[in-house]
Amino acid sequence: MRLNVIKTYKLYVGGKFIRSESGYTIERHSKDGEFLGHACKGSRKDLRDAVKAARSAQAGWAGKTAYNRGQILYRIGEMLEARSEEFAELMHAESGASLEECLKEVETAVDRCVYYAGWTDKLDSVIGTVNPVAGPFFGFSVPEPTGVVGIVADPSTALIGMLSQVLPVISTGNTCVVLPADDYPLTASEFGEILSTSDVPGGVVNILGGVQEPLNPHLAKHMDVNAISLSNAAADTEDLYVSEGAENLKRIRSGEADWMQPDAHSLSEIQKFVETKSVWHPVEA
Amino acid sequence: MSSLSLASLLSPGAFDRPVDQVGANERAAKFTKRSIKTEAKHQGLLMAISMIDLTTLEGKDSPGKVRQLCTKGIQPDPEDLSLPHVGAICVYPSMVRTAASALEGSGVNVASVATAFPSGQLALSERLKEVEQAVSDGADEIDMVINRGAFLSGRYQEVFEEIVEVKKACGPAHLKVILETGELESYDNVRRASHIGMMAGADFIKTSTGKVSPAATMPVTLVMLEAIREHYLETGRKIGMKPAGGIRTSKQALHYLVMVKETLGDDWLTPDLFRIGASSLLNDILMQLAKQRTGAYQSADYFSND
Repeated sequence: MRLNVIKTYKLYVGGKFIRSESGYTIERHSKDGEFLGHACKGSRKDLRDAVKAARSAQAGWAGKTAYNRGQILYRIGEMLEARSEEFAELMHAESGASLEECLKEVETAVDRCVYYAGWTDKLDSVIGTVNPVAGPFFGFSVPEPTGVVGIVADPSTALIGMLSQVLPVISTGNTCVVLPADDYPLTASEFGEILSTSDVPGGVVNILGGVQEPLNPHLAKHMDVNAISLSNAAADTEDLYVSEGAENLKRIRSGEADWMQPDAHSLSEIQKFVETKSVWHPVEA
Repeated sequence: MSSLSLASLLSPGAFDRPVDQVGANERAAKFTKRSIKTEAKHQGLLMAISMIDLTTLEGKDSPGKVRQLCTKGIQPDPEDLSLPHVGAICVYPSMVRTAASALEGSGVNVASVATAFPSGQLALSERLKEVEQAVSDGADEIDMVINRGAFLSGRYQEVFEEIVEVKKACGPAHLKVILETGELESYDNVRRASHIGMMAGADFIKTSTGKVSPAATMPVTLVMLEAIREHYLETGRKIGMKPAGGIRTSKQALHYLVMVKETLGDDWLTPDLFRIGASSLLNDILMQLAKQRTGAYQSADYFSND
């Protein structure tokens, strides 16, 4: 007879698994009432710390070669594949969806990692341009990351929505702070463990946990957050981000999506979080 | 050379009473546990601004950079005109004229490092010339470094006499004596050096140049504050304190203010007796104040990069 060790699911901030500074946790139960564990409840100050971590990691992440970022994204897929059954079981317990459905979701997630991993070192050639200019100059336009992105995770899925929001954002060198869906904090925290074993540098993806609603206004107003990703969000949530995010002209991605479709991925998801830098260069005689 | 003897000035105890290192560390850590919120925090941050010696000590300093810093020192945040000005702008001697003309009539002092800052490794005559030049160019305050080589060799009388000479060369300017605690090895030495500096005529004692790590720490500052108290109780003279280097956040600044208040009392909570040598601290405070004013967390993108 031994006592089961019930896991406390931590926040993932700056590459570390931490409890909330507030000390609050939320009890999580499966649909049939079984106790699954405690999820740490991210507070306003945890959000502040997470944005700080994302900001300080951004230059280093953007400075890696696109090829290297692609390898790291691919590795996220590898780690997810290796732990797919364990992951699916947690999702099954937390969401109540069948184990089969959950396994399917993890598989789709792995495929999505491979898709976005492939884009990292091709993006510049595909959307960068050599511009026709009237003079002895070259004119280049190249994509650069927007900066720090706030991700309000898709509320309708445990993993695939959040992952489909995170991957295009980080593929180009952005860093992000994720507010997980209220119903799936354990899956989100577990995804942090995948990231921490995938060579993703600390601070590139920061995952809070708990309840989105009290954090929304602080994320929307944060002057050091450059863009927001929403997916299948309530209309009033989107309104909040649009109006409060205007102060520093945040880019906002929103809309409805069925992320389980095998082709629910696209180059345009990446383009929503890049800025175009144009350079003039004299032609040498 | 001065005919004064250090030994005759120091009371017994100032040299041979050891500092309790563990006690100092623990006491200093306690000052970081006070809860200072909203209105008290606001007042504390305003006070901290008025005590900043806004510093630029880089090889790449230019007159333009110094003028920009002076403008910022006078009016820290163009979006909030109610903020106080900083205590002083601290520059290299070659920039004193530029700073003095930019700060004229503003109430912000010009502080200049001198005496072959940061190492102090020049002949005394050269160091004195540098001080005189800085003062005649318009410096209100001189930040000198002590002769650490002499100090660590036990030539305390020499260290003392050099400070006395520098103080003379300062004329009307205030003298801050930098101990460079990161090179002094022990709290006992910090305490000894503090007493030598104060006995030799320092108006302020200062922890560090900012060029040596560790720079200012809370326990070291506490040891120096205790020495200032001993000096005050013996002589009745109030000496100022300036921690410098490594104080970058609003929270740290508030910790230091708490330590000064709880060690020396309200009398020392004025820019005349307490300064913080810093460069990036000011922006952090401005961002905190903007957060309080607007409710939104701030970004360094919107504050001047200096």
